[in-house]
Amino acid sequence: MTTAVKAQLGIAALMFAASPWVINAAPHEATMGLVYKIYFYHMPSAWMFMLAAIVAGVASARFLFTKRQASDATAVAAAELAVVFGLLALVTGPLWARKAWGVWWVWDARLTSSLMLFLIFVAYLLLRQFGGPGSEKLSAGLALFGMANVPFIYVSVNYWRTLHPKTSVVPTLPVEMGRPLWFCVTAFLLLFLALLSLRATLERHRTRIDALYLSHDEA
Amino acid sequence: MKAFLRVAALVVRKDLTVEVRSLEVVSTTLFFAVTVVLIFAFGFVREGVPTDGVAAAILWITVAFSGTLALGRTFERERQADTLRALMLAPADRPALYAGKLVGMLLLMALVELILVPLVGLLFQAPIFRAPLRLAGLLAAGTLGFAAIGTLFAAMLVRARSRDVLLPVLLYPMTVPVMIAGVRGTAALFQPQPDAGMAQFWFALLVFFDVVFVTLALWTFEPLMTD
Repeated sequence: MTTAVKAQLGIAALMFAASPWVINAAPHEATMGLVYKIYFYHMPSAWMFMLAAIVAGVASARFLFTKRQASDATAVAAAELAVVFGLLALVTGPLWARKAWGVWWVWDARLTSSLMLFLIFVAYLLLRQFGGPGSEKLSAGLALFGMANVPFIYVSVNYWRTLHPKTSVVPTLPVEMGRPLWFCVTAFLLLFLALLSLRATLERHRTRIDALYLSHDEA
Repeated sequence: MKAFLRVAALVVRKDLTVEVRSLEVVSTTLFFAVTVVLIFAFGFVREGVPTDGVAAAILWITVAFSGTLALGRTFERERQADTLRALMLAPADRPALYAGKLVGMLLLMALVELILVPLVGLLFQAPIFRAPLRLAGLLAAGTLGFAAIGTLFAAMLVRARSRDVLLPVLLYPMTVPVMIAGVRGTAALFQPQPDAGMAQFWFALLVFFDVVFVTLALWTFEPLMTD
């Protein structure tokens, strides 16, 4: 573990420990009262989910066309993080929706496309796990196609009806609500970066050990 | 360009010849599609009357299921004698090989749909002759999108373990836009007051999807299939 990763993890841990007080300081929302505060965890996890998906897609495309092993390691790490943060977003979302919309789940464009993207990354991990040798290429193709798929899922579901608050909510938040939000986003981002580099390093070591083992076997 | 088309045509001819000699994939896929529709009929027909508006969904789900089966069988045949590797060793453009495989798959699925559509119309009282051209357009565009992704993934999975399970696991999340657009577009045609504008919108979305994914598949087939 490098010093940078240690520092990131340490700061993230401190920030997460402090986050209940920071969130508590934010004012109550007029119609939803206390419950809306799950949003301070929901939105950062959803953002990290998107970030992880983008990192996985870009790294997969790089791996596919340059065959750099390091890109593949980054793609695996990002895909696993996409599943973790996606799950967080998909669990905290319905908790918020139950209070805001009165139902746990709606077939809205954002919800559905997040769910499908989550499923694509679960499929990615299943493929990595059970695909056997050569599945790195396959899963890189899957991540690339999955990325290309998201706009289509979004448009096709959007043609029904969209309930989810628009992206324009964030810049218009009052300062007292914006501060804890950005605090939480920073904490999540630090955690994301630390986990990404840790997992990618682990994956690189694993492939190296595999290669060494194979060459030893052949010798 | 000429060489590309020639290679693709040769691959299609080879696939058709193999298929005509055994009829293995066509007969099993067709039988499977009919049984799937019947199982849906047992679920959705109450007191002799089919539930409203399920015909479009049943049609597209059956297309997806039987398409998966056909993809699996077609490439399993290529795997058994390692003929896919032989095909890849041929001094030909890889994308042309993909195009040939895709056209073969499309012909096969078109044949199945030719039986499937009247069957769904018959059993679920769907007005399939109300706008036959629009329906055919939706089916053609949707099948192309499904087969474009399916052919690429099935070809890649030939070398993987547990490929039978992984094909649907990868294919269904990827083809969600095709399913939504196909089912919604067909439902717009089947409803009591057909909505041509709506069907047109979904058709356009499907065509756009096809263009993006066929291009992407042609572009990535080479690096994906190289060891």
